[in-house]
Amino acid sequence: MPVLTYLWIIPLLPLAGAAANGIFGQRWSKSVVTSVALSSTTLAFLAALEVVREFLALSPDQIPWTKSYFTWISAGGFRADFALQVDQLTVIMLLVVTGVGWLIHIYSSGYMHDDPGYRRFFSYLNLFMFFMLVLVLAANYLLMFVGWEGVGLCSYLLIGFFFLKQSATNAGNKAFWVNRIGDFGFILGVLLIFRTFGSLDFASVLPRAATMPAEPAGQWGVLTTIALLLFVGAAGKSAQLPLYVWLPDAMEGPTPVSALIHAATMVTAGVYMVVRSHAIFLNAPAAMQLVAIVGCLTAFFAATIGLVQTDIKKVLAYSTVSQLGYMFLACGVGAFGAGIFHLMTHAFFKGLLFLAAGSVIHAMGGEQDMRKMGGLRKKIPVTFWTMFMATLAIAGAPGFSGFFSKDEILNEARQVSPVLWALGLLTAGLTSFYMFRLLFLTFFGKQRYDEHKVHVHESPKSMLVPLVVLAILAVGGGWMAAPQLWGGVNYFQHFLAPVLSSASDTAATATESTLGGSEIVQALLGAPVIAGLLGFLLAWWLYIRSPTTPENISASLSAPYKLLSGKYFIDELYAAMIVRPLVWISENILWHVVDEGVIDGAVNGVAHVSRESGDRLRHATSGNVRSYAAWIVLGALVFTSVLLWMVD
Amino acid sequence: MLEHAKTSIVLGLETPGGEVVPSSYYLVLSAVLFGLGVIAFVFKRNILTIFMSIELMLNAVNLAFVTFSRALGQLQGQVFVFFVIVVAAAEAAVGLAIVILIHRNRGTLNVERVDSLKD
Repeated sequence: MPVLTYLWIIPLLPLAGAAANGIFGQRWSKSVVTSVALSSTTLAFLAALEVVREFLALSPDQIPWTKSYFTWISAGGFRADFALQVDQLTVIMLLVVTGVGWLIHIYSSGYMHDDPGYRRFFSYLNLFMFFMLVLVLAANYLLMFVGWEGVGLCSYLLIGFFFLKQSATNAGNKAFWVNRIGDFGFILGVLLIFRTFGSLDFASVLPRAATMPAEPAGQWGVLTTIALLLFVGAAGKSAQLPLYVWLPDAMEGPTPVSALIHAATMVTAGVYMVVRSHAIFLNAPAAMQLVAIVGCLTAFFAATIGLVQTDIKKVLAYSTVSQLGYMFLACGVGAFGAGIFHLMTHAFFKGLLFLAAGSVIHAMGGEQDMRKMGGLRKKIPVTFWTMFMATLAIAGAPGFSGFFSKDEILNEARQVSPVLWALGLLTAGLTSFYMFRLLFLTFFGKQRYDEHKVHVHESPKSMLVPLVVLAILAVGGGWMAAPQLWGGVNYFQHFLAPVLSSASDTAATATESTLGGSEIVQALLGAPVIAGLLGFLLAWWLYIRSPTTPENISASLSAPYKLLSGKYFIDELYAAMIVRPLVWISENILWHVVDEGVIDGAVNGVAHVSRESGDRLRHATSGNVRSYAAWIVLGALVFTSVLLWMVD
Repeated sequence: MLEHAKTSIVLGLETPGGEVVPSSYYLVLSAVLFGLGVIAFVFKRNILTIFMSIELMLNAVNLAFVTFSRALGQLQGQVFVFFVIVVAAAEAAVGLAIVILIHRNRGTLNVERVDSLKD
């Protein structure tokens, strides 16, 4: 089993590509840079496919397949290996990361073609692939944390890619700082895991966490604490309330970055981590409740903001936050498999939406404001049709991938709490509305741009091919779950079941009730579809049928409209409550008192004392030999008398 | 051994004539010579005189060494004396050369005026 034995080769390939382009790329031509970057990801994808092939041939007792390559840290009782692991969950993540990543690399070679930072871009993008693969392949929490921090770094670098733009560097900094809060929670959680279990390996921590007694909701035990700390990390990375603020700003980065990092892969790392740690979460019901509530609220909250955004990428950014909320809702209600399912389908359709949006922006010569688009359907047909497929998928149109994953989540949520279900359903309607609003504003209606200034053109093949491939995935990515509709097996859940075996109790009860009341299920499966349809009709009415109505509505409902278009003024609230006090403290206390007073004072004080004393003692060096002799004699006398006195 | 040494010091050294001169006499003489050397070193201004006072101090120490060597019946003290004599000879050679050079360059042997070291 060659590749399964040499698992490290998968993350190493993109790292080699990043290093080669980063170090030598300056002297290479654009085509060499492209081939290095693309071949490294292509090989990584092929290696991942080979791993999957070999993995499927393993017998069940060999799973999870863990390979330890060397001891990374060994200190006292603490030991962390550079160990990689493959199980069903890893396989899915591996395919999503390398597959979608590969497509987006191809797309980028077209999208970034005329950018002066071409080499730098691919170097960062390959580096991101490396860290993301470390994250999903890691066999212990510490190595996972390495990948976790690494993708954060690459996210920062790529958000601030256009570093001459002040807003881009600000957005990069914001992403980095907000993620620090989350990562602080994560590392505390990791430390607490080590303290509790004496190890950080998934293979020893998770089974033991699964056998620990569940902590009742009112009781604040160690598992609840660990789960909450890990969730803080997940909320930071996956942009959940209240740490979501960095993701919309992250759209300052190039569009392929938004697609790869801020839609398909990195932001889902939080969901992956929670699912990976599901054994801990399951025994901490209070934390589960919080995860479900935060996820559901985030989904709803972000969707409402997305309703009124005018920047095409901002709509998609809030949509991403909202969809991530769905995934956490799934985790929170114990449907980890559904969460990962939605993660996968979301990677397809949201990656596609971003890439298509990039294609639109490309066609419009850099314009991102949807109010200045319109009527593009005929001009860029491939982009339109692929984006239309993705919109149908995210809106949950029957048969498309989003339909299966979203319905599954809502179905599971309904069994836990009708309130969560209702809110999720409402969000599904809102999602459909804002996505069709985006589609109608961009591709339908009158053209609202100046044809003489903007030369609208379809994107090159290198960009269209990934769009088409992703469109196929966005349509068909959910069919693995399709047999469930007529009472068959959900192949996706079936595949994941061994990993989530400790969650089998919840899953079992869920399937039981699903099978028991199949009529209700059929009816309720219809509910999200109806919600989506209503959203579509509303969008059609407002933006196709009578395009003046939206303005009238926003004028007559100016207060709520302002609240939404101002994004609930959360940024302003954070600025007033956290940022400005911090800046004030930093400036007036840390800078002027601690830095200038204490630190500079201590350093300058030492210098001052030594200079003054040196100045005084300098006079002892008279240059007169006899005075030196006198000092020696005096010293000898003092020394001798002290000795004599001590002897007595 | 230590007991014997103590008594020897207290008893002193026997001269060939059979008289016993107490060790303390030699030591006091050594201290007096050393003190004179120190005083001369500190208060005299002529480099040659200072040089001679150094020799005086060295020989005062030699005397103390020899005294102890004899009193304790051990040879190390005398070995040290030879070392000191050798070093003193070398020092005299180098030192006198320096004195001559100073006299040539400055036309004086007054140490008060040879104080350029502090600059």
